[in-house]
Amino acid sequence: MSLRDWPIRQKLTAMLVLSSGLVLLLTSAALVGYQYWSFRQTMRSTLSVRGSILATNSTASLAFANDADARELLSALRADPHIVAAALYDRNGRLFATYPGDLPGGALPAAPGPDGYRFQRGNLIGFQPVAEAGGQRLGTLYLASDLAAVDATLRLSGVIAVAVLTVALLAAYLLSRVLQGAISQPVLMLAETARAVSDRRDYSVRAAKLGEDELGVLTDAFNHMLSRIEAQDRALRESKEGLEQRVAERTHELEERNEALRHNAAQLLAANTELDAFAYSVSHDLRAPLRSIDGFSQVLLEDYAAQLDEAGRDSLRRVRAATQRMGTLIDDLLKLARVTRVEMRTEFVDLSVMAREIAAELQRATPDRQVEFAIAQGLEARGDARLLRVALENLLGNSWKYTAKRTKPKIEFGSIEENGGRAFLVRDNGAGFDMRYADKLFGVFQRLHSVSEFEGTGVGLATVRRIITRHGGRIWAEGAVDQGATFYFTL
Amino acid sequence: MNPGKILLVEDNPDDVALTMRALKSHNITNDVIVVEDGVQAVEYLLGAKGRPGPDELPAVVLLDLKLPRLDGLQVLERIRADERTRLLPVVILTSSDEERDIVKGYRLGANSYVRKPVDFMEFTEAAKQLGLYWLLMNRAPPVSRTP
Repeated sequence: MSLRDWPIRQKLTAMLVLSSGLVLLLTSAALVGYQYWSFRQTMRSTLSVRGSILATNSTASLAFANDADARELLSALRADPHIVAAALYDRNGRLFATYPGDLPGGALPAAPGPDGYRFQRGNLIGFQPVAEAGGQRLGTLYLASDLAAVDATLRLSGVIAVAVLTVALLAAYLLSRVLQGAISQPVLMLAETARAVSDRRDYSVRAAKLGEDELGVLTDAFNHMLSRIEAQDRALRESKEGLEQRVAERTHELEERNEALRHNAAQLLAANTELDAFAYSVSHDLRAPLRSIDGFSQVLLEDYAAQLDEAGRDSLRRVRAATQRMGTLIDDLLKLARVTRVEMRTEFVDLSVMAREIAAELQRATPDRQVEFAIAQGLEARGDARLLRVALENLLGNSWKYTAKRTKPKIEFGSIEENGGRAFLVRDNGAGFDMRYADKLFGVFQRLHSVSEFEGTGVGLATVRRIITRHGGRIWAEGAVDQGATFYFTL
Repeated sequence: MNPGKILLVEDNPDDVALTMRALKSHNITNDVIVVEDGVQAVEYLLGAKGRPGPDELPAVVLLDLKLPRLDGLQVLERIRADERTRLLPVVILTSSDEERDIVKGYRLGANSYVRKPVDFMEFTEAAKQLGLYWLLMNRAPPVSRTP
């Protein structure tokens, strides 16, 4: 594990222990060094003082060459166990007396060295001149002291330093253990909180704040951030839940609607199939008896006219007229049914062209009528051409029929703006109708005129409305009695 | 010139009577053979159970659509499927003018489709025109004698 990966507590402890240890180490080293140096100075000056005294005392012995006296003097050095050797040399540099007495000859310098004290080969040695009061040099005193005292002092200092260092480091360690908590505790709590957030996605936890320092600010900022996240998370979850619920509701709704639609479609299909079968059956079977009634009535009129009086013949004629009207009614009803049953084929249809063709057909069918047509150009629409033709045939045919009693009949086909869209219109100046019955216009078999007044079955406008409705459009009418009528439709 | 016969396939006796009357009133005196359902029509034209078809095919078949057992369109299908009657003139004469019947009739090879009018005058006129056209004006294809 690299230093980087150490837990922050260990880092802080290591920092504190190391820095305090280094300081202590430097301090101890300085102290021990100083002590060593000053102890050696003291030792040298002590030896030098002792040397001066001994030299002064030995002047007489040297002046009178009394070696026994000299040895006596030197033996006083026994009081200092560190003095390992001492000697007196005469003025010619010859060895005069030694200490201790049994010292082997090689242990001493053969001749005195330069004056002064110095450390040499693990010992402190010194050469002290011995002179009379008058200044004449009589000889040289040699002193050698071992450094055991220095070593001992040094060892002691070292031991003390190590002991102090150890105790201090231990104290520093213990102290750091306590003090680092001030920094590491908030950091650890932040880390713990962050872990809880990332592990459990629990945004409700908060880091405890232990002070107003930067870590406190950091903790506050962190907690604030958590609050924001928690609020956003909650909002998100709520909106998600709301969304899910809405989706579920919509799905359910849609399913229900779909089910209803399927049901309706199935019902519609069944109804359509039924209607289809019904219409087919009607078209085949309902007209056959009518043909028989009409046919055999005619047979009676032709073959048995002589046996019938005029009233009888009239009755038969009425039977025939009614039969034929019934035939027309059935045909119109079948047309109406067909409008519902036929499959729509949507394309662009030029209604203007279609209207002109129908007008021409109407004119051809009744060439003696003079009707003014005003058909607008270029009216196009999307729709089923055949159905739209049926619708226009009915509307224009109606106008044609109801303007029959006008002196200047006029039929118009055009368009107007209607609620932002376009509505087509068929207008005439014919018999018109009473607006009070406008809602009856488009009903099946609903007529506002008697058959004797105007022929018709009352199916035409119902057919038109069904066609317009199948195109998703709307149809309505305006009119007044003898003021003409206008039919509007959208597609 | 021998104008040939008419095969009338019609189950409604009233219609049979009225058709006969209409034809007669216009002096179309050819033999009219009446069969009352589809199976009889097929048996008459193509034979059945060892009995061969007629020596001479009719000049035209007037075929109703709503018939017991085999309906008119099925009869037409049988007629067109057989080599002997593949080219036989067939006029559908029926009450309905259902578009699908018209389309299917022509698709199966009908030569004409006429709707019976309710008005007997119109019906008589239609019968007359049919008789005149198919018996007198129209040239029938040569009859194939291969069985």
